[in-house]
Amino acid sequence: MAEYDLPDNLIYNETDEWARVEGKRVLVGVTDYAQQQLGDVVFVELPDPGTSVEKGDPFGVIESVKAVSDLYAPVSGEVVDVNRDLADHPEQVNEDCYGDGWMIAIAPGDASELEGRMDSAAYAKHCEERKE
Amino acid sequence: MSELQRTPLYEQHRSLGARMVPFGGFEMPVQYTSILDEHAAVRERAGLFDVSHMGQIHFAGPAAVETVERLVTCPVASLRPGRVRYGLLCNEAGGVVDDVTVYRLAEDRLFLCVNASNIAKDRAWIESHSPAEAGVVDRSSETGLLALQGPESAAILAKLADGDAAGVRRFRFAEMAVGGRPALVSRTGYTGSDGYELYVAAEDVVPLWGALLDAGGETLSPAGLGARDTLRLEAALPLYGHELDDDTTPLEARLERFVKLERGGFLGAEALARRAAEGPRRLLVGFALDERGIARADYPLAAEGREVGRVTSGAPSPSLGRSIGLGYVPPALADVGTRLEVIIRNRAVAASVVETPFVPPARGPSATRVQEG
Repeated sequence: MAEYDLPDNLIYNETDEWARVEGKRVLVGVTDYAQQQLGDVVFVELPDPGTSVEKGDPFGVIESVKAVSDLYAPVSGEVVDVNRDLADHPEQVNEDCYGDGWMIAIAPGDASELEGRMDSAAYAKHCEERKE
Repeated sequence: MSELQRTPLYEQHRSLGARMVPFGGFEMPVQYTSILDEHAAVRERAGLFDVSHMGQIHFAGPAAVETVERLVTCPVASLRPGRVRYGLLCNEAGGVVDDVTVYRLAEDRLFLCVNASNIAKDRAWIESHSPAEAGVVDRSSETGLLALQGPESAAILAKLADGDAAGVRRFRFAEMAVGGRPALVSRTGYTGSDGYELYVAAEDVVPLWGALLDAGGETLSPAGLGARDTLRLEAALPLYGHELDDDTTPLEARLERFVKLERGGFLGAEALARRAAEGPRRLLVGFALDERGIARADYPLAAEGREVGRVTSGAPSPSLGRSIGLGYVPPALADVGTRLEVIIRNRAVAASVVETPFVPPARGPSATRVQEG
């Protein structure tokens, strides 16, 4: 299988979400590994702004033609923005998972939760380990 | 779970970048590039599927025809050599052991093409209901099977076939060389598009696969089980283990046109006649979602807030751009236009019973207007 695009400036979840700190917000999406594993993304269910999310808990659902997967929050806090474009264009997750395929922005309650997490090198190893 | 089997094309699938998944006891390609692209290829051009995991159980001898006639729900004695019929193997209670296609090779020779997941069960069932004179032989492992499906299939096959493959009409077959190797060329499929199923010796399936992809060029895409599933769902073709199982009758699954109750004399006939007289307890319906969401197998179906059944298959329909599914509901809720709800993650999503097939079949030339089964 092809290589994965894993940008350096991100924090990675074991459950294949990425987080990017942008000022006081943390943008969240799924990784290139996740979108490749899923295949064609056909539906994304996201919370409304104002929803509280807990680190490690599901905040939404992503569906490919064959599979349903939960999306897990990388940090606790309040959802302050949601990518509404994904409702009509879920394929953006496949086409640009770190850009137009972003999912939610969280205002973290405690930004220190993001310290000491997986970087791209650690996550690349995590992906490698799951290959058959 | 015992170790997964592989078809002779395993290495070809891997080198094409396929994602492999377990299916029916085999390790099979679910997709090569994209299920949506592979689905579109079959609807618009052509797709090539490795379905060598499917089983073939042969019958040869003086009791072959009467034995198969007793095993399947469709007429067999009237099936002429060179023709194929769809039918069901039923148990004494009328439940479906498997759904099969019956090939009449000659006066005293036939074979059944059976689902991969059911090969061992079918073989045991068939052997226990067949005399020695029926000459039952399971040739599943020595047989390779490719499905060439889509509107360009006939043009692609014509480049390789020694005979008149384009002249083989729907639900008929002919034996001819394809790419210099003996093949049984059958105008059948499981996609709702025109196409062929090509039966060859297991050792010929790798060269045939390569020859077809070369002959098809840009027109032909390898296609995996993911696209096969969305294609067959659009055509409302049942999948064993989803719409059909040992406890479901063909009448509930609305396959009565493949069950010749007036003929009788086949396993399950008495139970099915009784069930037909009583009326069905539930019926298979096709539904489409009226809101966003995707119905999946085993999600509850509800009506006016009350659970009434279960989804058996569901997917986003690539051809229609909306979510569709099949499921069982009480007969009173089976009419087209009936409002249902699919319970998706504890939320009721509106759906309606619709006509099936969801996508009108675009198939090859018919022999006659009637010979579907």
